[in-house]
Amino acid sequence: MIVLGIESSCDETGIALFDSHKGLLAHQIHSQIDLHADYGGVVPELASRDHIQRLIPLTQSVLKASHLALSDLSGIAYTQGPGLMGALMAGASYAMSLAFSLKIPAIGIHHMEGHLMAPLLEENPPDFPFLALLVSGGHTQLVYVYEMGHYEILGESIDDAAGEAFDKTAKMLGLGYPGGPEIARWAQEGDANRFRFPRPMTDRPGLDFSFSGLKTHTLTTYESTAKTPKDRHDVAAGFQQAVVDTLIIKTRRALEETGLKRLVVAGGVSANHLMREKLRLMTQKVGCEVFFPRLEFCGDNGAMIAFAGLRRLEARERNNLEFNVRPRWPLSELKALSTPRGL
Amino acid sequence: MKLLAIDTATEACSAALLLDHQWIERFEIAPRQHNQLILGMVQSVLDEADLSLNALDGIAFGAGPGSFTGIRIAAGVAQGLAFGLGLHVAPISTLKAMAFEAFSKHTHELAAVAIDARMEEIYWGIYRRLTDGSLDALIEDQVIRPEDVLMPDGKNMLAVGTGWATYGDLLTAKTQTLNTLIEPQTFPRASAIAQLGAIVLANEEGVPPESVLPLYLRNNVAKKMAERFRVE
Ligand SMILES: Nc1ncnc2c1ncn2[C@@H]1O[C@H](COP(=O)(O)OP(=O)(O)OP(=O)(O)O)[C@@H](O)[C@H]1O
Ligand SMILES: [Mg+2]
Repeated sequence: MIVLGIESSCDETGIALFDSHKGLLAHQIHSQIDLHADYGGVVPELASRDHIQRLIPLTQSVLKASHLALSDLSGIAYTQGPGLMGALMAGASYAMSLAFSLKIPAIGIHHMEGHLMAPLLEENPPDFPFLALLVSGGHTQLVYVYEMGHYEILGESIDDAAGEAFDKTAKMLGLGYPGGPEIARWAQEGDANRFRFPRPMTDRPGLDFSFSGLKTHTLTTYESTAKTPKDRHDVAAGFQQAVVDTLIIKTRRALEETGLKRLVVAGGVSANHLMREKLRLMTQKVGCEVFFPRLEFCGDNGAMIAFAGLRRLEARERNNLEFNVRPRWPLSELKALSTPRGL
Repeated sequence: MKLLAIDTATEACSAALLLDHQWIERFEIAPRQHNQLILGMVQSVLDEADLSLNALDGIAFGAGPGSFTGIRIAAGVAQGLAFGLGLHVAPISTLKAMAFEAFSKHTHELAAVAIDARMEEIYWGIYRRLTDGSLDALIEDQVIRPEDVLMPDGKNMLAVGTGWATYGDLLTAKTQTLNTLIEPQTFPRASAIAQLGAIVLANEEGVPPESVLPLYLRNNVAKKMAERFRVE
């Protein structure tokens, strides 16, 4: 079975082809970073306008790279939510109509299910169940993953997501967009211990996060300096350290409380080197295995959607012609896959 | 020519199958339900004609102006269908389709079409009926403040579209000297888009699916940081 995966929930158009026997055949990501940079953040209408002109060229390009034709496809998976309504709708309209014209099934995929499946694209994928730390632009969640489709949210951010905190903090420091990689870059030459940053909510029980106070604290700290490049390096380093420590403290707590021995980390922020390094150390210490996506599949991509779609299509799930998108869609609403008959 | 047409640009949603000179159509006023309805409508007209998708010669769609999400759904559907079937596409102005629809019911020479574009503007275009039945744009489609439109004079004119309801007083004040029939409840229809699309495709002016884009008209959708600071 060969599945075309289509991701268009935010500011990346991702298209990929996944084969049930050969694995990932090809993938392409078109990032809109340059398009939104002048606006200081994603402009939803501009994002939608860009997606609609990328979908076919990217599809053509992955087909060409795999020496395949449209007639070789057995199904299409697209991101149905959560995300920006217009951006999701562009991908859904195209995906559903292409599937309709080819007379093959189509399935809408939950974007965060895509993210948390991304490490399963690597060699030696984790077995179920596992703990997932989802850290992206819109989400910070600790999820008990019983099996594909069966998710329990153990904790999440009560305000800003971790990626959002990186982005907003970078903006306050006058750094570029998106903020995560910028802060990580500036932090490299910074002294993380020069200023004191809080580790929000770590002194309380529970697995929820809060990053909005940390963001304000960072601004106050930066305002109290002469704003030299050195100050900026040090503030960036201190902030990054505080976010990473907070994530690690809560993740460790979740591993201990659930007794799970496998940790999956996914979403855009999982590309952060400091976090990867510290998570490796922590999991070693507590005797757990940790799994990351390759760097290019931390952020949004079509491969994770194609892969999740393959699993769901194999379980005979499909959309009817009345397609819909879900800009807000709790992960916990999903259902475990039914085992297909005959398998 | 066997042509499939779709329209989701306004609160109306429709699909039509043109079989040479006759057509089958599904049409509904269904705000914000286009995504749920459109493919079902396509399936339904094909079923009624007992025609398979592979028998089609082309696709036409209402490219805009209209609701941004609506015209993107239409473009996405047209792209998906045409790419999958290896067909060319005729993008049709929704204002032109509305003029075509109004002309089919009346004998007037001109149609001034207005759709409410919000932000105190309208999408505006004026079409003239030529003797061979084709349509010529007297005023090209544009987004404009209703007080700034220029009305033609000395002609029998149809005033078409919801813009004439929202800005009725403003617009009719400019048309006092004319014999004007106001038809605010005219919507774009896939049957009109199909007939206009057939001309486009017959003239080999269709576009490949990868070139199918919505016609937004309004392009200043956000302010850059630099512009924002200039204002403040
Ligand atoms: N090296 C990094 N360090 C920290 N944050 C990073 C890094 N690289 C990317 N990010 C952050 O990751 C986020 C983007 O991730 P992703 O694309 O998964 O989010 P999204 O798709 O916008 O949101 P969601 O997946 O929740 O809908 C941005 O906030 C970005 O700043
Ligand atoms: Mg994402």
